[in-house]
Amino acid sequence: MPILPYPGMEIDSFRLGEKLHKGAFATIWEVTHPDHLFPMVMKVPTIMDGFDGPTIVGFEVEQMIIARLSGPHVPRLIGVGDFSNMPYIVTEKIDGGSLLSVFERAPLPLSDLIDLASQIVLAVADLHRQHVIHLDLKPENLMLRPFCPESRGEMVLIDFGLSRHDQLPDLLSEEFSIPMGTYPYIAPEQYLGCRDDLRSDLFALGVMIYELATGTLPFGMPLKLKGVRKRLWRDPVPPRALRPEVPEWLQEIILRALEVDPKLRYQTAAQIAFDLSHPLQVKLTQRAMKVRQDSMGTVFHRWRAMRKIRSFGTPDSVAAQLASVPIICVAVDLSRENEQLAEILRWSVQRMLVTQPDARIACITVLKHERMGIDQTTDAEGNNLHVVRLVALRAWAVGIDLPEERLTFAVLEGSDPGSVIIDYATANHVSHIVMGARGHSAARRFLGSISAKVVAEANCSVTVIRVPERQKDVSQV
Amino acid sequence: MRFAVLTDIHANREAFEAVLADADARGVDRIALLGDLVGYGPDPEWCVDKAAGLLAAGAICLQGNHDSAATGRNESLTPNARVAMEWTKSRLTDLHRAFLAGLPLTVKVEDVLFVHASANDSGSWIYVTSASMARGAFRSCEARIILCGHVHIPLLASSDVTGVVRVQKFRMATPIPLIRSRRWLAVVGAVGQPRDGVAQAGYAMLDTGTNELTFRRVPYDASKTVQKMRVAGLPEHFALRLIRGK
Repeated sequence: MPILPYPGMEIDSFRLGEKLHKGAFATIWEVTHPDHLFPMVMKVPTIMDGFDGPTIVGFEVEQMIIARLSGPHVPRLIGVGDFSNMPYIVTEKIDGGSLLSVFERAPLPLSDLIDLASQIVLAVADLHRQHVIHLDLKPENLMLRPFCPESRGEMVLIDFGLSRHDQLPDLLSEEFSIPMGTYPYIAPEQYLGCRDDLRSDLFALGVMIYELATGTLPFGMPLKLKGVRKRLWRDPVPPRALRPEVPEWLQEIILRALEVDPKLRYQTAAQIAFDLSHPLQVKLTQRAMKVRQDSMGTVFHRWRAMRKIRSFGTPDSVAAQLASVPIICVAVDLSRENEQLAEILRWSVQRMLVTQPDARIACITVLKHERMGIDQTTDAEGNNLHVVRLVALRAWAVGIDLPEERLTFAVLEGSDPGSVIIDYATANHVSHIVMGARGHSAARRFLGSISAKVVAEANCSVTVIRVPERQKDVSQV
Repeated sequence: MRFAVLTDIHANREAFEAVLADADARGVDRIALLGDLVGYGPDPEWCVDKAAGLLAAGAICLQGNHDSAATGRNESLTPNARVAMEWTKSRLTDLHRAFLAGLPLTVKVEDVLFVHASANDSGSWIYVTSASMARGAFRSCEARIILCGHVHIPLLASSDVTGVVRVQKFRMATPIPLIRSRRWLAVVGAVGQPRDGVAQAGYAMLDTGTNELTFRRVPYDASKTVQKMRVAGLPEHFALRLIRGK
C-alpha cells in the first residue's frame, strides 16, 4: 500500500505545502526543496488499491515521457518517485493557470482567438517534433506562462498520462480495450483505438479552435462512449452558422482539422500554424462555404460507410509523418545580376517537388533596408516597392506547378537579409530552406555571404544553389 | 555504470570484434558476455581466448549451452549443430575446455541479473520468447532487471506493479527508460548469429546511471566469416544463416 501525501510531509528532500488541486486520478501539491528555489508542484496519483491499472500505467507513461521532453512548451521536470515509496512527479510550477477559464469566456473576439489558437498550435507542433503525440489535448491541459523576466508568456502543455512517444514502448497499448481520451475532444481514429497518429492531436486542436470561435463544442459533451462514435458520421454545425462574423478562411481551417478521415485533415500542426498566420492564402473549399450541417441523406450514407469501420489505416511514425509534408522556404534574390541564379533555383524547387509531392512552398524575397536613414518605400516612378517585388516574385514562380493553397508568397523587409530569412523560417516551422549563393563578386566580399549565415544559423536543413563556375576558371585552380 | 551486454557470440570473430569496437567507441565501463562463446562459427579458439582476456580484465562471462556441450557434457543440439560442435571440440584445447567448464550460469550485480537462458532454471536452457516465458523468469528471482540471450531474437518484457507481464515494442538504437515501477527482462539479441532477419551483430547497452537500456546493431563483414566456415567445412546451413540474418 503506497504512502499517502499530507501537508508538511517530507520525501526525497521535497517538502509538501498546500494541496492545490484534487482531480479524479491525482492530487497536485505545492512543494519546496532546498536545492531548487523556484516554485514547484508535485503530482501524486491517487491509487485506490493495488490493482488500479489505468492510474498506475498512466502515471508510468507520464513519468517516462516527460523526462524526454524539453523546451518552453512543456513543464520542466525536477524529480520523480516510484511505487516502492510514494509515486510522484515534481515539475516547475506554471503560475498562469489552465486555459479552462479562457475557454469558458468563448466565443472570443476574433483577434484574440487567432492569437491564442496560433500559440496552442505551435506548442503542439513543438511536442510533435519531439516524437510525442499528446492524445489528451483539452483546455485543462493547456497553461500559459506569465510574462516575467524568465518567461515570455509561452503556451505549456501538461498531463502526458495518455501520451505516446513513438520511439518508446507504449505501455498503454495493450492495457485497455476501451478508447482513452476526453470525449468532446477525442479524434475518430483514437476512438477506434489508434494511438500512433499525430493527426489525432490536430483533431483535438480543431475542436478547441471551434470552441473558441463559437462558445460551443462541435460534438457536444457525450457522457457515454456511444455518443463519441457519432462523430464518425455526423458533421458539426459549421462555425459560421453559429457566429456569422467567423471568416470563411477560419471555418476552412477548423473544418479541415475536424475531418473524420485523418488523411483529409491537416497533416501537421505546422501547417495549421502556417494557415493561421497567412489567412489570405488559405485555399477556400466547400468547407468554408458550408452554412448548415449535411442533410440526413448524406449523413445516412456516411453512417452506412462508417458503422463497421475498424481503422483508418496505420499511420507512419511521427518523424515520418512530419517529414512527408515539409514546408520548403525558397528565398529568391530578384536582382538583375542574379537572374540566372533565380532560374536555377526554380529548377531545383521543381525537382524537389518530384520527390516530395506533398510539400508546401513558401516563396520569399527580402526588401533590404538601410540601417540608418529614412527608407524609400516607392521607386522613382512612385510604384510601391513592396507590390513591385511581390509581382516579380509571383512571376518568378510561374512554372512551379502546385495548387494555390500550397504555394505562398511573402515580401519581407529588414536590414540584414540573412536574419530575416532565419526568423521567417523559425516562425513558420519551415523544414527546409532553399536559396542561392551569389558568385564571387566584390559585393559578397564586402557584405559577407547571406547563404553562409543562413546555413550556419538556421534551425532546419538548408540547400544552397550556385551557378556553376565557368570551366576555364576551374582549370586555372 | 555502463554495461555492454553481449551474448551468443558463437565463434564469430568478425561480429565479436565489431561489437567490442562499437561498445568501446560509445563508452563502456564493464562488458558482460552471456554465454555461447562457441558453436556454429569458425573461430572458437580466438573467441574463447578473447573472452578469457576480457574476464581477466573485469568482464562478466557466463556459460551457455554450446559452451557446456563443448566441455563434453551431453546437451541436446540439432543434428547440424552437433556436426559443428564435433568440429569445435576438435579445435579446442584442454585449457579452453577448463575455462568454459569453470564459467558460472548466472551473475548478479546489484539489481541486475545476467543469465544465458531463462532465470527460472538457468541450466535447462529455456527459450524466453514470449510474455508467458518471461513470467517464469520474473517469478524465480528478485532482480529488477534480467538480461539474457539464447534466443538470438531481441525481446523486451516488463512486469508491472500488479505482476502482469507484457512484451513491449521497442526501437533499435533508442534508449529505453527502465522505469523503476516495473521489472524488466531483455533478450539482448545475438552477436554471432542473429535470427531476426537483420544480418548485423546485436548487443545491448545498459546504463545503470540513467537507468536506460539501448538495443544496438553493428554491421560486420559476414562474408569473411562465411568464407572461413566454408573452408572449415562447417554445415552450409549456418553460413547461409549469417547472410540472411535468420
